[in-house]
Amino acid sequence: MAYSDKVIDHYENPRNVGNMDKDDAHVGTGMVGAPACGDVMRLQIKVGDDGVIEDAKFKTYGCGSAIASSSLLTEWVKGKTLDEAQQIKNSEIAEELELPPVKVHCSVLAEDAIKAAIDDYKQKND
Amino acid sequence: MKTPIYFDYSATTPVDPRVAKAVCDCLTMDGNFGNPASRSHEYGWNAEKAVDEARKNVAELVNADPKEIVWTSGATESDNLAIKGVAHFYHKQGKHIITSKTEHKAVLDTCRQLEREGYEVTYLDPEENGMIDLEKLKTAIRPDTILVSIMHVNNEIGVIQDIKAIGEVTREHKVLFHVDAAQSAGKVPIDLQDMKVDLMSFSAHKIYGPKGIGALYVRRKPRVRLEAQMHGGGHERGMRSGTLATHQIVGMGEAFRLAKEEMAADNERIRMLRDRLWNGIKDIEEIYINGDMEQRVPHNFNVSFNFVEGESLMMALKDLAVSSGSACTSSSLEPSYVLRAIGRNDELAHSSIRFSMGRFTTEEEIDYAIEQIHKNIDKLRELSPLWEMFKDGIDLNSIEWTAH
Repeated sequence: MAYSDKVIDHYENPRNVGNMDKDDAHVGTGMVGAPACGDVMRLQIKVGDDGVIEDAKFKTYGCGSAIASSSLLTEWVKGKTLDEAQQIKNSEIAEELELPPVKVHCSVLAEDAIKAAIDDYKQKND
Repeated sequence: MKTPIYFDYSATTPVDPRVAKAVCDCLTMDGNFGNPASRSHEYGWNAEKAVDEARKNVAELVNADPKEIVWTSGATESDNLAIKGVAHFYHKQGKHIITSKTEHKAVLDTCRQLEREGYEVTYLDPEENGMIDLEKLKTAIRPDTILVSIMHVNNEIGVIQDIKAIGEVTREHKVLFHVDAAQSAGKVPIDLQDMKVDLMSFSAHKIYGPKGIGALYVRRKPRVRLEAQMHGGGHERGMRSGTLATHQIVGMGEAFRLAKEEMAADNERIRMLRDRLWNGIKDIEEIYINGDMEQRVPHNFNVSFNFVEGESLMMALKDLAVSSGSACTSSSLEPSYVLRAIGRNDELAHSSIRFSMGRFTTEEEIDYAIEQIHKNIDKLRELSPLWEMFKDGIDLNSIEWTAH
């Protein structure tokens, strides 16, 4: 699999790896995928009182493009409002990382992960 | 040390320089370029002599008669010729074939084709260590069974089947026995006087010969009949027409001759390297060897690093040329069917890496690999949410995953 330089950069120097306290009311956690399918992404966001995402962390089990997709996403969502983050499309991630067609599902998973994290946060703060 | 280090000898091997020399001597005007079928001049006679010598070398490695060796384009063609050739010739005696789920695609896809033609195929489930249970084989044999096809050494997990024992069963039941020996010739002793095998497929490029050449052993006593799959000038006693590729055949002959001479020493050295690799990484947590550790060729070492996905590990191990059973490395997005067939779950199949070693692997390369594996497993597990959950004592099976 020939990856773009951007995928390799995110893979070799992943941004924002780690975890946050999932019980914290300011934290939303999204975990998507399944081990049997070969990829699991966990994305966490920390939302300020003004509704802006202050911080994001991820951990991913999966191939290089799954790791790169989630790493890129953590960079993108920081500083965005929840509504803005909700608008991120998998196609934007796939385009930015120049993912080959067979790897587009990795970007879909990343989109699912941010949506799940936002949902989790909203449920907690309903 | 040249990187990436080649650890994919089960996929193919580099041609031994001694073999390359023999191949090159059969190409140009100054060399032995003639058509072995030309009976009217010295060019043809010399080529025929070289082909006969190669046939003898191939036969000698497996203790067969040179007349029992039929040249083909490789093990895939040999498998096709053996299985379809027997099925089409003996269809009046029955249309049932037995094989196993861990066979090479060249056997499985050929069997699928025969199913489309109206044959019935039983696919045996191997045991968890990859071995075929003889009792299960005996139970599967029916009055209309005409052929059993079982590989000698598995390409993914290196497990060695007990071909001699299977041959006793098939002969007793008067069923023909085909063995795909692409991964075993030159690695495991083969004695066709002793083993009751009727057909055996060989490849040159797995044992330091050129690609594009192979052979099929077709037993003469008791005689095995085949329906040809390739028609033409009636070469190879009518079983496989087409002008013989002298240079490739000579290369295969030389590779098999060298294998006979050097197999014992090669195996001992490679076993030492394999043990060195295993001892260097076995203290890593949650690491599983795929396939039986005793009943396997030393060249093959297939391990799963739990909670790390195989393709990302291969990306991390970019200085090592290895292969993986991960779905992400296949076009089908399915994890290895061989690992699934021996009962490995999807997670471990996704996490598998095959290291295969050979004649040119060095201790220095093994030590470098050990260092790279440790470094990158640590790094990828830091990234893995599954590893974190495992370390927190969470049972991953208790979680409802969203399959996609």
